[in-house]
Amino acid sequence: MTALILRDLKLAWRAGGGALTGVIFFLAVIAVVPFGVGPDLKLLAHIGPAIIWIGALLATLLGLDRLFQVDREDGSLDVILLRGDFLSLVGTCFIKCLAHWTATCLPLVVTAPSLGLFMNMDADAIVAVTLTLLVGTPALAFIGAVGAALAVSLPRGGLLISVLVLPLAIPVLIFGVSATLGAIEDPAPFTAPFLILAALTLFFAVLGPIASAAALRISTD
Amino acid sequence: MRLIAEKLGASRGGGLVFTGLSFAMNASEALVVSGPNGVGKSTLLRVLAGLLSSTEGAVRLEGGSGEALSAQCHYLGVQNAMKPVLSVSENLLFWQTFTGSSKLTVDEALAAVGLPSIGSTPFAYLSTGQKRRVAIARLLVSYRPIWLLDEPTSGLDTRAEAIFSGLLHGHLAKGGIAIAATHLPLGLVGAKELRMHAL
Repeated sequence: MTALILRDLKLAWRAGGGALTGVIFFLAVIAVVPFGVGPDLKLLAHIGPAIIWIGALLATLLGLDRLFQVDREDGSLDVILLRGDFLSLVGTCFIKCLAHWTATCLPLVVTAPSLGLFMNMDADAIVAVTLTLLVGTPALAFIGAVGAALAVSLPRGGLLISVLVLPLAIPVLIFGVSATLGAIEDPAPFTAPFLILAALTLFFAVLGPIASAAALRISTD
Repeated sequence: MRLIAEKLGASRGGGLVFTGLSFAMNASEALVVSGPNGVGKSTLLRVLAGLLSSTEGAVRLEGGSGEALSAQCHYLGVQNAMKPVLSVSENLLFWQTFTGSSKLTVDEALAAVGLPSIGSTPFAYLSTGQKRRVAIARLLVSYRPIWLLDEPTSGLDTRAEAIFSGLLHGHLAKGGIAIAATHLPLGLVGAKELRMHAL
């Protein structure tokens, strides 16, 4: 299983792996917002956490279609599916999600603080948004894996995955942003939405691999 | 160990491909599946590997280690299941740790397929025949008793075909089972033959 993580990370960072595609897209989205919204610093600081979360969500969706498809195209998926019982396939899906998160979502979390500066966010807000992204983005990866597994046999499945995944990702976005706002604006609570965000990640960490394993089983032809 | 297929049938894209197919194989036996294009040779191999569910009948394994059938199969499909950006050794080492090890190391397996000094080359730079040989080396780096081979010798030159034939004989001599779908002679002595006909 460690071998699978290491292989996927290696593939993501080698030529054509696309680990940085998401980061560059994230950077592009956040960098154009101040130009579109205008130089109102107060407004930028207020919408900053939401914009960063939306940017991270879209950047996560961008790389999802390759999660299982690359393995299917070169025949590796067949050999991976040969492992036998359903439970070990669920484990494999969990590992794939973990590797995907480390390769494509963790760089987003790491770049989020510097992008917070674009949005005129103060130190507290930057810490809060980074923390909520760290806790919330695994949920996005686990949800995304289900869409990626369902659309694995479609050559241009990226758009379909986004449509499938977005409704499930909305709660993560809502609680991620509200926890961030709770940390910086006084009357709003932080603990409750943050715990719900953590619960969402744990919930999808169980459900996502099971659902994607089931989807992979039916999509082999 | 005994592999038994009973009245196997499968469909693809809604249409029945084959039906009522039965055979039984003992250890050290090979089966060559032949027949015209589109008759369901690859489908049969995928059903045996458990990658495709059969519409009727069943595949059973008697004896052996008691693991699930698919966990005891090596499936060599039309694609080579190798990552183009990783080197040959990295690819084989990954499959060795992922699918279980054997007595052979990666270097020994590469030497066995006649490519001893190719380990550090990225897989993408190999020729079609070399790629196929590396894919065959994957069968050697982890031991599984049943080999399911879909056109195993496509792209191989005559020397590599002879090497492959030798490896296959070695596998059978150790009590393995091999089922190959192919149009080309594999140089197997005493292999059973299953000729499939269009429905």
